[in-house]
Amino acid sequence: MNIIDRRPNPKGKSLANRQRFIERAKHEVKDAIADALKRRKLGEAEGGEKVSIPTKGITEPVLRSAARGGKREYVVPGNKKFVVGDRIDRPQSGGGGGRGQASPNDNGEQDAFEFMLSKEEFLDLLFEDLELPNLVKTKLKTSETTQLTRAGYSIDGTPANFNIRRTMRNSLARRISLNRPSPSDLEAMERQAKAAEEADDAEGAAQARLDLETARARARRFAYIDPVDVRYNRFERVPKPNTQAVMFCLMDVSGSMTEAMKDLAKRFFLLLHVFLTRRYKTVDLIFIRHTSNAQEVDEETFFHSRETGGTIVSTALDEMLRVVRARYNPENWNIYAAQASDGDNYSEDSDRCSQLLGGEILPISQYFAYIEVGAEATLRHGFPSPPTDLWRTYATIAPQHPNFAMRKVADPSQIYPVFHDLFAKDREHA
Amino acid sequence: MPERTRLNSLAGDNKLLFKGPEWDFDKLRRVYDAIEDIALKELGLDVYPNQIEVITSEQMLDAYASIGLPLMYRHWSFGKHFAREEALYRHGYQGLAYEIVINSSPCISYIMEENSMAMQTLVIAHAAFGHNHFFKNNFLFRQWTDATGILDYLTFARDYVAHAEETYGADGVERTLDAAHALMSQGVHRYARRPKLNFEEEKKREEDRRRFAEESYDDIWRTAQLVVESASTDKKAAQKELAAIRQKLGLPEENILYFLEKRAPRLKPWQRELVRIARHISQYFYPQKQTRMMNEGCATFCHYEIVNRLHEKGLISDGALLEIMHSHTSVVTQPEYDDQRYSGINPYALGFAMMRDIKRICLDPSAEDREWFPDMAGNGDPYGTLRHAWANFRDESFILQYLSPRVMRDFRLFKIIDDADADAMVVDAIHEERGYREIRRALARSYDLARHEPDIQIRDVDLEGDRCLVLSHAVHDGVLLDETNAHAVLEQLSSLWHYGIRLEEVDAATDRVLKTHEVPAKH
Repeated sequence: MNIIDRRPNPKGKSLANRQRFIERAKHEVKDAIADALKRRKLGEAEGGEKVSIPTKGITEPVLRSAARGGKREYVVPGNKKFVVGDRIDRPQSGGGGGRGQASPNDNGEQDAFEFMLSKEEFLDLLFEDLELPNLVKTKLKTSETTQLTRAGYSIDGTPANFNIRRTMRNSLARRISLNRPSPSDLEAMERQAKAAEEADDAEGAAQARLDLETARARARRFAYIDPVDVRYNRFERVPKPNTQAVMFCLMDVSGSMTEAMKDLAKRFFLLLHVFLTRRYKTVDLIFIRHTSNAQEVDEETFFHSRETGGTIVSTALDEMLRVVRARYNPENWNIYAAQASDGDNYSEDSDRCSQLLGGEILPISQYFAYIEVGAEATLRHGFPSPPTDLWRTYATIAPQHPNFAMRKVADPSQIYPVFHDLFAKDREHA
Repeated sequence: MPERTRLNSLAGDNKLLFKGPEWDFDKLRRVYDAIEDIALKELGLDVYPNQIEVITSEQMLDAYASIGLPLMYRHWSFGKHFAREEALYRHGYQGLAYEIVINSSPCISYIMEENSMAMQTLVIAHAAFGHNHFFKNNFLFRQWTDATGILDYLTFARDYVAHAEETYGADGVERTLDAAHALMSQGVHRYARRPKLNFEEEKKREEDRRRFAEESYDDIWRTAQLVVESASTDKKAAQKELAAIRQKLGLPEENILYFLEKRAPRLKPWQRELVRIARHISQYFYPQKQTRMMNEGCATFCHYEIVNRLHEKGLISDGALLEIMHSHTSVVTQPEYDDQRYSGINPYALGFAMMRDIKRICLDPSAEDREWFPDMAGNGDPYGTLRHAWANFRDESFILQYLSPRVMRDFRLFKIIDDADADAMVVDAIHEERGYREIRRALARSYDLARHEPDIQIRDVDLEGDRCLVLSHAVHDGVLLDETNAHAVLEQLSSLWHYGIRLEEVDAATDRVLKTHEVPAKH
């Protein structure tokens, strides 16, 4: 008998199979993810996801008997009252009595297959064919961040960096090339000398002794490990691209923005944040809300407190510029911004908005997305209502700035498609 | 009872093999030795050498996914099973099995690290001795599976599939395996083949035939026949030729995968090998499907006997016995038909009940038992009788032979007939004098794989025409195939055969064709 402890063996043996499965069901899984996204609470965006996909495409058909029809017999346990000849109504939908021999999934073949996606799988699939435009700043201050990177070997260094493998390799090569006798060679020669002595071959013994002495001298002369063999791992400081980003969330919180509209905006911000965190090591979040004046607030206030007042969008843009100047030097930070609004604005403000956005913000930003939320009326009647003030203003800027995009969103189910649309890889050619 | 408990805990303290729930390798070894002693000497079991492997629950899930085998080639369907099991497990809908045991030599039993020492004791008795004995001795396993070779074969299969994926592309391999998997139930030889004739015998037969022809040669028949049969010659000759070709192709053939591997005209050699791998794995599991109830019954009976003896000898504590019995009883529970948990007859429950009943009949038979089982009632050798049953029966024949009126009464079995033409189901037999034999026959039949797996054969190939493959399904009692599934499987089949497929559902009693499924050729 043998007891083997297999616990240290690598787990996740079925990982490869799992990936194949997801690959095969990718289309369905992606649909399911988009679907799940609609229902998701915002705080859960980072977790895994239980998805349910239609079984079509992942069925494993087998030849088997139909669930009904023909004459069947069953033997069933637990008789309490029946006698021969009793008649029993057929159970509805196969539950309950008498379906004993039928396999459990004969009827009710599962139309949906449910399983867990891990967080990684979920996000991978979610952002699979998306990419961030203008990923990193073209102009980088090289001195800012550096990282130690392995860069070959050197002949001096600290003992901590001693590379034993490389050292022994050099030593071995040197010993071979200099023909240094190995301990086993010496032993063999000694045996030979002894054998010669025992065989009373005086001449041979003397010769063998001589050889042995020469070899020993040689072994002494050439060290086992010589200083020239020694190698150390070498590290170099390499300037790293700046992988920090700041994301500005701008939102109109005036009375005209309903909770539903804010929720839409929030979902969009959330997706953008998750997406950015996957690309950048650190992502700072700045929330700026505005009515007729703007202020930087924390997340809770941003989404939940209500303000009254008119709407002057340019105040938010001003505030953003102020924060950038104060804390986020565009030289070092990748700046992203997303603005959500219902499109209301003082008409007098429009010029200033386009000036600020086109003249100051867009040149320093990696990407600026504007989504107009809650255009329900547009959809209800099936034809577009006249564009809002802000939309008209921004529409004039959009053509000259490839890093600016604007979309309309009326329903949570549109959030992901819109998001996808904004960041799709072939956006340029679309 | 209190008296004994006290004695047990007083006298047994230094005899106990283990105390407390924690297990370690020393305890495992001690328990194993004690169990082995009882199993071999007292129950007379005969087992393959054992190999016990401790794994984590994660690894157990992995093992689930590859249908319980320690090695498996890669395929998305295993990933699907894994995802499903994992979801069920993580949400607490389903616990994990305490063990998995593999029919190989040495016999590998996986035990989980989460189990308590008492559970490990149960699992070793159950898997490493109960299942192991059954694997080594049952005639189906002896005839069909090669316990010493299976691990090597699986290694080969895994490497071959990986190699094929690299050489011929993962897509093609996946498609071929998909198709082969769909036909796995139709990929087994159900009966042992006629042994291959050897060359000497073949030659002798040929000579005999020639000598007979020479001795009984009569020229007159030749001319006479020519005249008489000239009209029908063409047709008959053609028919004869066809029959000869069919025989050459080995038709009719029930093992579809075998037929494809040997005869499919356009399969590439690597595809044949993949089909062969699926066929071998299916064949390896075929005995398990036919003996599930007996196999589980045997293992459950063995662990029950063994742990009780361990306790009697004071080797395990009362607490450990209670813990084991708790899980034992939940395993052998048979919910009644109107219970929510009911999902057919529990193989553990039926197998265990029948085997305990055999023991009772051997030791303490009633008048009824003497009438029903004259040859074994009161023979005083329960383990010998059981070993004989374990070795020589499968579920169907075991029930037919050994299901006693007592067990039928205990289970309160009754038989119902569900005729689609009638407006309600009818109770046909219950657990009473008149009904025992009918219930036993019906229950045995329900365990007959040949009956509840559709009986499908390759009947013909249209060699003259479009090479359409003709299959027939022998329909019993008007039970047809599930249409969606049948169509999907035929699609898969045609992807291997490359020409059209026709499946006729033929009533076994009247030879009338009830339904035809067709899949056109693909190009």
